[in-house]
Amino acid sequence: MGKVFAIVVTIITIVATAIFVSHVWWLPPDVSLLGAGIDRQISETMVTSGILFVVAQLTLALFVWRFADNNDQRKIKIFPGGATPMVVGAILIVGAEILALTLVGTKIWASIYVAPADPHSLKIDVQAEQFAYYFRYPGPDGKFGALHPELIDESSGNFFGLDPAHDTAARDDIVAATLAVPVNTPILLELHSKDVNHAFYVPELRIQQDFVPGLVIPLHFTAIRLTKSEIVCTQLCGLGHYNMRAYLEVMSAEDFKKWLNDQSAQ
Amino acid sequence: MTSPHSSHAAPQSFWRKYVFSLDHKVIGRQYLDLSLVAVTTGMILSWLMRLHLAWPTRAIPFLGVLSPEATGGIITPEYYLSLMTMHGTIMVFFVLTTAPFAGFGNFILPIQIGAEDMAFPHFNMMSFWVTFVAFIVLVSAFFVPEGPPLAGWTAYAPLSAVGKDSGPGEGWGQTLWVISIAIFCIGQLIGSLNFIATTLDLRTKGMTLARMPYSTWAWFITSVIGLIAFSVLFPACILLLLDRVAGTSFFIPAGLVISDRLQPHSGGSPLLWQHLFWFFGHPEVYIAILPGFGIVSHILPAVTRKPLLGPRVLIACMIAIGFLSYTVWGHHMFMSGMNPLSATLFSVPTLIITIPAAIATLLWIGTLYGSKLRFNTPALFCLGFISVFVSGGLSGFFLAQPAIDSYLHGTYFVVGHFHFVMGVAAMFAIFAGLYFWFPKMFGRMMNETLGKWHFILTFIGVYCIFMPMHYLGLAGNVRRYSTFTVDYMKGSIPLHRFITVAALFTGAAQLIFFYNLFRSRFRGEIAPANPWQATSLEWTTSSPPPHDNFGGHHPVVYHGPNEYGVAGREGDYIMQTSPEPEPVAAAS
Repeated sequence: MGKVFAIVVTIITIVATAIFVSHVWWLPPDVSLLGAGIDRQISETMVTSGILFVVAQLTLALFVWRFADNNDQRKIKIFPGGATPMVVGAILIVGAEILALTLVGTKIWASIYVAPADPHSLKIDVQAEQFAYYFRYPGPDGKFGALHPELIDESSGNFFGLDPAHDTAARDDIVAATLAVPVNTPILLELHSKDVNHAFYVPELRIQQDFVPGLVIPLHFTAIRLTKSEIVCTQLCGLGHYNMRAYLEVMSAEDFKKWLNDQSAQ
Repeated sequence: MTSPHSSHAAPQSFWRKYVFSLDHKVIGRQYLDLSLVAVTTGMILSWLMRLHLAWPTRAIPFLGVLSPEATGGIITPEYYLSLMTMHGTIMVFFVLTTAPFAGFGNFILPIQIGAEDMAFPHFNMMSFWVTFVAFIVLVSAFFVPEGPPLAGWTAYAPLSAVGKDSGPGEGWGQTLWVISIAIFCIGQLIGSLNFIATTLDLRTKGMTLARMPYSTWAWFITSVIGLIAFSVLFPACILLLLDRVAGTSFFIPAGLVISDRLQPHSGGSPLLWQHLFWFFGHPEVYIAILPGFGIVSHILPAVTRKPLLGPRVLIACMIAIGFLSYTVWGHHMFMSGMNPLSATLFSVPTLIITIPAAIATLLWIGTLYGSKLRFNTPALFCLGFISVFVSGGLSGFFLAQPAIDSYLHGTYFVVGHFHFVMGVAAMFAIFAGLYFWFPKMFGRMMNETLGKWHFILTFIGVYCIFMPMHYLGLAGNVRRYSTFTVDYMKGSIPLHRFITVAALFTGAAQLIFFYNLFRSRFRGEIAPANPWQATSLEWTTSSPPPHDNFGGHHPVVYHGPNEYGVAGREGDYIMQTSPEPEPVAAAS
C-alpha cells in the first residue's frame, strides 16, 4: 500500500505540474500598460512555488517508498541533524522567497492601486447596481453633475441620480452601458455603488476592485491594445450576480471621439 | 498540579446517559454525530451545485419535490447561491470547527491528560446543545417562505443587512442565518473556556505541559484562538441582526437605492462588517486546521514507530501560527476598497505565517525518514494530509500577494486553495483521527481493507476536483456564478464537467466510509486497549473507557508522549505512565 501511495503522489505531481507548465489553461492576453508586471510576478511565483511543490511531494513519495518495506527488524534512523535543518531551511528558503516576492510585488501593487492616476487621465464615473454597470462621461464641459440618490429612476434612465433641471454640469453628461475608452490613454474610473457590494474585474486588464456602497473608489488603467473584453462582477451581489457584466471597448482616438458624439446625440 | 476533581456519578436513566449527558465522551460523540449529519448535508449541497454547473439546463430528479425553490428540478440562480451559502456555512461551522476541535477534543483531551471529565461538565453539555440548536436554526432557513439565505458564508453587508429588498433569500432566511451563527458563537465560547480550564487545571500527576500529547497542545491553542475569534464574531452578528430587524445602520451607509427604494439608513460602513467578520474568519481557518496539526503529529510517531522530529519546535510553530493568525485578516480584503497601503501590512504577516507552517510540514516529512512505516488507514490519511496541505499551502503564496490577488481574488483559484488547505486537509485529519480513535471510542476496530480503499479513492478524487480549479482561476473563471453565460468563460465548461464527475466519484467513495463506520460500530473486531501500540494515556485504559475514564485510579505520568523507537527492550515504546527511566538513546 505504501508503494501505491508513493506512485499515486508521483503521478499527481507530474500531471498537475505538466498542465501548469504547458499553459493549457492560462491568463488571457494582457492589454494593459501595467499588467506585464503582474504576469511576471505570477510566473515567478509559479516557478518558485512549483519547485517547492514538486520537491515536497516527491520527497514525501520517496520517503514513503523507501521506508515502506514493513521490515520491523530494521533500525529506525533520525533525520540527519534533527529538526535544525528543517527550521533553518524553512526560514532561509521561504524567507528568501517572501523577501523577493514582497519587494517586487509591492512595487507592482503600488503602481496600480496606490500611485495616483495621471493628472491628464480621462475621468469616467461607474455606477454599479443589481445587476448592471453604467458609465458616465463628463461631456463637452468636462464636468460631472452632482449625484442625488433620491433621484435615481430606472424607468426614465436616470441611473446615476442626476438633476439636469437644476444642475448645469449634469446636462451634458453622457451615460452609456458600455465602457468605451481610447487606446494608450490613461483612464481614471471612479466607482460608485447604488445598492450593495459589486466588483469590477477585467481579466485582460489584470485589475479587480470592489465597489463599496457609500465610498467612491478610484481605479486607473491604460489599455494599450484595441480590444473588446468583458467586465464581470466578482463580488456576490444577489441572484443576478452571474449575469452582471458589461463590455470594455478599447478604440482608436478617432473612433472614440465618434462614439462619444454618437452617444451624446442619443 | 491539582488532582482531577471533576467527577460525577455514572448516570442511570436513558436521557441522562445518552441525550443530556455530562460525560465528555458522550458529548464528544454527539459533536461527531452532529458533524456527520452536517457533512452529509453539506456534501449533498455541493453535488447539487456541481451538477448544475456542469449541466445547467438539466432537471435534477426529485429536487423539485424536495425543494419548492427549484421548480421542476431546475436550480435557479438564487437557489444556486443559497446552496453555496448553506454549503459553506454548514461545512465551516458545523463540520470543520465541530468535528476536529469540539468532537475529538471533547472525547480525547480529558483522557490524554488523565482527567475524569472536563472542568465544567454542565457547561460542556450546554455547549453541545447550544451548537445543536444553532444547526437546527440554520437548516430551518431552507423551509422559510422567502427561501434560504444567499449572501455567502461571509454574509457581506449591505446585501445581508438591508432585508428582503435586496432579493430572495434575504428575508427570514438571512435572519435565521445570523441568529444561528450568533448561537453557534455562544457554544464555541463556552466550549473554548472549558477546554482551557480543563487543560490548565485537570492534568494528572506528572502531566507537565511539556509532556502533553501534541493533539492536546493543538486543542489547547485552538481553544485560545477560538475564545478571541468567536468573541468578535458574536457581537458582529448581533449588530448585523439589529441592522436587519431594529432599523440600525451599523453596516449600511446613506443613499442606497435597492429595489427602487431609497433605504432608510445612514452612517454605517460595509467595510466594518468585513473587518469584524475576517478578524474572526481568518483565525477560523486555523481553528479548523490546527487540531489537524495535532492529530497528525500525534498519530505519526505511532505509525512510523519513531519519535516525532522536533516536538518542541512543532509546538512553538503552532503557538506562532496562533499569534500570527490575528494579524492577517486583511488579506481577504485587498480588493475591498480599504486603504491600498494597508495591503502590504497584511501581506507580509500572511507570507510569514507560511514559515511555521512550512517548518511543521518539514518536521512531518522528516519524521518519515528512516521510519518503520505501518501502512494502516490512519497512517495513510496522515500522509494524505501532508500532501494536500502542501498543495493548498503553496497556492497561498499567490493569494498572499496583493498584486497577484488582484487578478485571482474572485476566481476559482481561491476556491481550489481554501478547499485544499482548510477543507480537504482538515477532513483528512478528521478521517485519520476517526480511524485512529474509533477503537477507543467504540471498543471495536474499523475494517482496514475498506479504510484503505476509502483513502486511495478519496485521495485521487480530491486532486481531480480541486487541482483543476486552480487552472480555471488562472484563466479568469469567476466563482459564485450559477451559470457561465459570460463569453470568455464558456470554454471552461468541459473542465467544470470533469470536476463534477470527480466530485460525484469522490462522494460515492464516501459510501465505503459510511458502510465501514456503521458496520464496524456493531460488527467490528473487538479492540484491545492499545491496538496501535501508542504511548499516551488514552491507550492505558479500556476500549471504550469506563465512565470515569481510568476505573477509579488516577494515572501518574513519567514520560512525554514521544518515546517510540526505544532500542534494547521488548516493545519499541514506553507508555507515558511507565515508571521506568528515560532511555539513554532512542535510536541510532
